[in-house]
Amino acid sequence: MDQLSVAHLLGIKYLKPSDIELIFKTADHFKEVINRPIKKVPSLRDITIANLFFENSTRTKLSFELAEKRLSADVINFSASQSSLKTGETLIDTVNNILSMKVDIVVMRHAHVGAGVFLSKHVNAKIINAGDGTHEHPTQALLDSYSIREKLGTVKGKKIVIIGDILHSRVALSNIFALQMQGAEVKVCGPTTLIPKYIRSLGVSVETNLKKALEWCDVANVLRVQNERMDINYFPSTREYTQLFGINKEMLENLEKKIVIMHPGPINRGVEITSDVADSEQSIILNQVENGVAIRMAVIYLLAEQIKK
Amino acid sequence: MSKKILLNSKDIEIILHRLACQLIENHNDFSDTVLIGLQPRGSFLANRLVQLLENDYGIKELKLGLLDITFYRDDFRRRSEPLVATSTEINFLIEDKKVIIIDDVLYSGRSVRAALTAIQSFGRPLNIELLVLIDRRFSRHLPIQPNYRGRQVDAINEEKVLVTWRETHEIDAVYLEQK
Repeated sequence: MDQLSVAHLLGIKYLKPSDIELIFKTADHFKEVINRPIKKVPSLRDITIANLFFENSTRTKLSFELAEKRLSADVINFSASQSSLKTGETLIDTVNNILSMKVDIVVMRHAHVGAGVFLSKHVNAKIINAGDGTHEHPTQALLDSYSIREKLGTVKGKKIVIIGDILHSRVALSNIFALQMQGAEVKVCGPTTLIPKYIRSLGVSVETNLKKALEWCDVANVLRVQNERMDINYFPSTREYTQLFGINKEMLENLEKKIVIMHPGPINRGVEITSDVADSEQSIILNQVENGVAIRMAVIYLLAEQIKK
Repeated sequence: MSKKILLNSKDIEIILHRLACQLIENHNDFSDTVLIGLQPRGSFLANRLVQLLENDYGIKELKLGLLDITFYRDDFRRRSEPLVATSTEINFLIEDKKVIIIDDVLYSGRSVRAALTAIQSFGRPLNIELLVLIDRRFSRHLPIQPNYRGRQVDAINEEKVLVTWRETHEIDAVYLEQK
């Protein structure tokens, strides 16, 4: 069992429960490592990793880069804004050019759904999907589950509600797969226009009343409204969205139990969540960020192990 | 597969007492000394020595840490079986401390090499010593020798030295196995 069943991390849906367990166990060790005075291990000294971000990213890119450096890998970075993409070069050509510089692992974010899967079939490197369009963002879902496991002891049997823009969210989809695989119950909550029509076929329940959703759950994972992916108006105004789906301190205090608040970032303070909620002791938002490095170290380490000498 | 007993529990008991006395000779009250057991197997020996030093020799407040060296090994990606990590539990800094690395069997010396690198992550020690229960003296790949040894064994490469502890196998014993 001590090996991943997959050759790439393209999405949660390709994993088995035993893979998630292995990633978490490995992340436990790396979490201890990144809290040492010297936070680095030499395991990946002879591995080179390319971070290809065809879509903007701050924290995911930083988190991956830090994880790679903590494992002593050599890192090269590529951002769409500085690239020759606009010259008309194809994705395979771009990546093959980079791979000819002897790169072993590619971490890729791309605006198109399935870009990672496509690449894994055409190039000779390990692919880690760091977000492909509105499809999957597996490392985010892993770190979210890992943070729940850390806070509540287990994910199994917990009730998790994902609130906000489900339609455009790869975090939501990966989270649904990951949480269900670990035996959690998942509900989504948001404006009907931002909830995909067929979401129920994934075994997820839908709630449009935020208060009811919060009363039901143990954990609320709050998502940002992804205005940049919206080509039409899905709700009348930000003010109206906040009135119906924004979480504030008063709401949390009126609940019978203390629920855990999560957010994958970036937060729009005052829109989906107020500052006093984001900074409250119920919030594990910063733990998520710390755990992100440990989870990404685990994923990279376990995939690198498959690259035999 | 034949199995020959090298040390029985009585032998091990005597050796542990001798090792404890040798440590006291060099480290007095252990105020500047920390013990580091290499995970997973060296931690049994380290725990046993700590019990002995505290209960039979009255040493107080011994500092014991357990170090996992998986991420520092030099055979990552070179083995057919994946490496499995265990936990590291070192809740103190080793800056300017005398460190005693403890393992059950010293064979190629590669684990100790990895431990020497790993331990630097917790500070710069004053010095590092090595204590092993069994020293397989003709099989070293690296220039590493123990400061304290329980028993020297001349085993050939086809033989395996197996240490069992009563915590896991009900009996303290050291065996020589033909592979």
